[in-house]
Amino acid sequence: MADVAARNPAALSAQPRSGLHKLMQRKSTIAFLMALPLILLIAILVAYPAGYAVYLATLNKGMTRFVGFGNFEFLFGRDTFWLVVYQSCLFAITAVIFKAIIGFVVAHFVHNIPSKGQRKWRGMLLVPWVIPPAMSTLAWLWLFDPSYSALNWLLAIFGIEGIPWTGEAGWARFSVILVNVWIGSPFFMIMYLAALKSVPDQLYEAASIDGATWWQRIWYVTLPMMRNIIAITALFSLIVTFANFDIVRVLTAGGPLNSTHIFGTWAFRVGIEGGDIPLGAAVSLFMVPILAVAATFILRDITKRGSEV
Amino acid sequence: MADASIANGAPSRPRYGSMSRDRAWALRWSYFFLVLFAIFFLMPPVYMLITSLKTSAEISAATNPWWISNPTLQNYIDLLSQNQFLVFFRNSAIVSICVVILTMMISVIAAFALARMKFWGSATLATGVFLTYLIPETLLFIPLFKMFAWVNETFGVQLMNHWWTMIILYPTLTVPFATWIMIGYFASIPKELDEAALIDGATWMQTLTKIFIPVALPGIIAATIFTFTVAWAQFLYPLAFTTSTSELVLPVGIITTLIKGDVFNWGQIMTGALLGAAPPLIIYAFLMDYYIAGLTAGATKG
Amino acid sequence: MAQVTLRKVVKKYDEVLAVRGIDLDIADKEFIVLVGPSGCGKSTTLRMIAGLEEISGGDIAIGGDVVNDVPPKDRDIAMVFQNYALYPHMNVYENMSFGLKLKKTPKDVIDQRVKQAAQILDITELLDRKPKQLSGGQRQRVAMGRAIVRDPKVFLFDEPLSNLDAKLRVQMRTEIKKVHQKVRTTTVYVTHDQVEAMTLADRVVVMNGGLIEQVGSPNDLYHSPATKFVAGFIGSPAMNFITCQLEQTAGALRVRLNDTLSFPVPADRTARYTAHVGKPSLMLGLRPEHITETKPHTESNQHDFDMVIDVVEPMGMETLVYFTVNGREVCGRVNPNAGAEAARSMKLRADLSNMHLIDDSTGKVL
Repeated sequence: MADVAARNPAALSAQPRSGLHKLMQRKSTIAFLMALPLILLIAILVAYPAGYAVYLATLNKGMTRFVGFGNFEFLFGRDTFWLVVYQSCLFAITAVIFKAIIGFVVAHFVHNIPSKGQRKWRGMLLVPWVIPPAMSTLAWLWLFDPSYSALNWLLAIFGIEGIPWTGEAGWARFSVILVNVWIGSPFFMIMYLAALKSVPDQLYEAASIDGATWWQRIWYVTLPMMRNIIAITALFSLIVTFANFDIVRVLTAGGPLNSTHIFGTWAFRVGIEGGDIPLGAAVSLFMVPILAVAATFILRDITKRGSEV
Repeated sequence: MADASIANGAPSRPRYGSMSRDRAWALRWSYFFLVLFAIFFLMPPVYMLITSLKTSAEISAATNPWWISNPTLQNYIDLLSQNQFLVFFRNSAIVSICVVILTMMISVIAAFALARMKFWGSATLATGVFLTYLIPETLLFIPLFKMFAWVNETFGVQLMNHWWTMIILYPTLTVPFATWIMIGYFASIPKELDEAALIDGATWMQTLTKIFIPVALPGIIAATIFTFTVAWAQFLYPLAFTTSTSELVLPVGIITTLIKGDVFNWGQIMTGALLGAAPPLIIYAFLMDYYIAGLTAGATKG
Repeated sequence: MAQVTLRKVVKKYDEVLAVRGIDLDIADKEFIVLVGPSGCGKSTTLRMIAGLEEISGGDIAIGGDVVNDVPPKDRDIAMVFQNYALYPHMNVYENMSFGLKLKKTPKDVIDQRVKQAAQILDITELLDRKPKQLSGGQRQRVAMGRAIVRDPKVFLFDEPLSNLDAKLRVQMRTEIKKVHQKVRTTTVYVTHDQVEAMTLADRVVVMNGGLIEQVGSPNDLYHSPATKFVAGFIGSPAMNFITCQLEQTAGALRVRLNDTLSFPVPADRTARYTAHVGKPSLMLGLRPEHITETKPHTESNQHDFDMVIDVVEPMGMETLVYFTVNGREVCGRVNPNAGAEAARSMKLRADLSNMHLIDDSTGKVL
């Protein structure tokens, strides 16, 4: 009987078409509900505050009056603001460059040694990244202590005079960068190591047969193969470093004389401690252009890689 | 002909030797520099440990800072018998554990929906998750500060100066990253696996709980470790939103209560910092491979 | 009763037609193979039967019931995937019993069915292993076992052997055929490998560009292809196609390849081909095995000709020779002892009784 029905096209198409379609529709409804907590979280606690920051930045200190670009004009007229802009860029760019170089070099050394020892070294070298930054910065603060500096004690052995690590503007800038590099370069090292492992050995063998020196091998094989990872890691780190708070806050709290303030710490000083929330919001908004540029490049790299696969 | 080639071959012999000698030297240099870098990377935590085992008297005596003459556990005893420190520790532990549970529930379910079920706008949302992950907390704490004041005025719920507020706040930092990692892990599971489950008669929830979660377990462990580490280490939010000593979490507690005025009790500060660093370090020591897998997954997957 | 019927089945992906209206009747207990080049719509068709893809138009019926809107689990089908899709965290027993467990089948029934299927496939001793511990062939068996356990109306195979190495592929091919002879379930099998299609199928469905080119038994397809595509797709090395003209000379037809080369058309084809005399774009289709070395004894419709050989490929039991006619490479299969040598002239024999005449403008075999 059923056989007859199946062989009759007219009888077949008489059936309404809805079940599977409905099922697919229900599927996207379920999927949407499953993602709803995520959507709400992002909307309420990230997207809304980000937009709200823009609105806040246009209010006066008492948040009673709309002042338009008043806060920004005020900032442009202050030397401290330009000092913060300068220090933020110096801090982020220098730190990322050194993290990238140290990470690359250390990754190479780890990659060089026999693979059974690599895990141990890798584990040891990643420790700075694992410790909460506020805690490890405390250790650095103690190493930099003006009267009991353990680093100066070591330098004294070599006859070098004590360095005012956090006491003098230039050295304080150096110190915050040093601590940031210390915390961040293990991350680069791990990323580069993973990238190094993904370069097929045959490429190096082919390059050696072509007569490449070790330096040429790095330049013509390793770097091009790792370009994407290097770019993404660096851009990513640029964002995180630029938006840093913990290190500067704990190590120098912006001092001496505001010389080490970056956007995050200065916004905290002005907005929370100084009670001028709109001005603080205006300061933190200056991070957005750099973040946006870096994010665009990262997204482009990631989608490019996606389409390659 | 044959003679000539042998004659040519002879001088090339020592070259092989020099090649392996080069290798040996390269290896020796690698170890040498690795030791130097290891000293650099491990110096602060080691110095923490050294200081934490010293008496205040020895610290202020300005003797060799890298040597302990009278090792003592007094700093640990003092700190751990202090009610305040234990409160910080408890606050941190509860916050971190709750954040981990909340984050993993939200992100695993959402990642499954985004990676596998596709709905209107799901691709945009996946990109949005990634962008959110790039938005730093330094951009958000000021508007959040004001929003909390508004919530207090409107609903009479005081979010300020409570440790449990952190349970609401930290997921903004952890959920985007955990979701991003999990999308990557789920996307690497072959599509045929959920089709097989579909034919076997599994519902979407069963596919998630019986197939995806067990298969992506390494990813889930990595995301969990990360969430915990981030939650434990977070400094800005508690610093901005909590002030009473009973409401502080560990990192802020140590810094705001142990550093008082001009009197720096470095022995206790270092002990506190070391104890504050201990939970992530211990987890890292045991689950290093998952930790590293998660670290590289963030940027290499997706 | 598990025949599968497809009526005018269409699949559209954002205005791109992947399957453009397919009609197919698959009989109960039949082993049907869908074969074609990649992108021909064969996998999409299979996935529509499975319910993994929505159909954009037409109807699919399994066992007489239209299943257009029935979710996969209620279609009573089982599928074996190309990459096996075994659940990596479950052992073989759990993999095979997962579907039954979800259906809340009693434990003892599950146990009995799994053991039985394991016996059919000879994997009883693997039941508590994880997929990772299995070889490719064993995984393949487990994937089939998972399908058998469900005792479905229809088995669906999606290129199940393409992940195996050549030797294992041949072995598993036999295995699949054996299993089908034992369990006698209606089977739809998708592959791009025409040898697999020929060896396994009761009937082969050749697909191209989202349409069915021809349905028929392996021998039908081989000996009387309906289109140039089928003629070229089935058989290895592929059929030779040589541009030609059809001439009428004194009551007999001749296929003229060029000024020097022409053959008389077999007498029994004369009536069929007369209408096409003088048509442009005709092609002679001749399989390599019908171009051989000369033999002392000549049958009717066999014609000798001289040709300079370009390339010689010894295969052991035979030797392939390649030469050029009208700018196209033509392949012949000769005896290894026939003395074929590259760049030398050789006497060859064409057996026209198996010739095909193709209209290249329509792609139809005349």
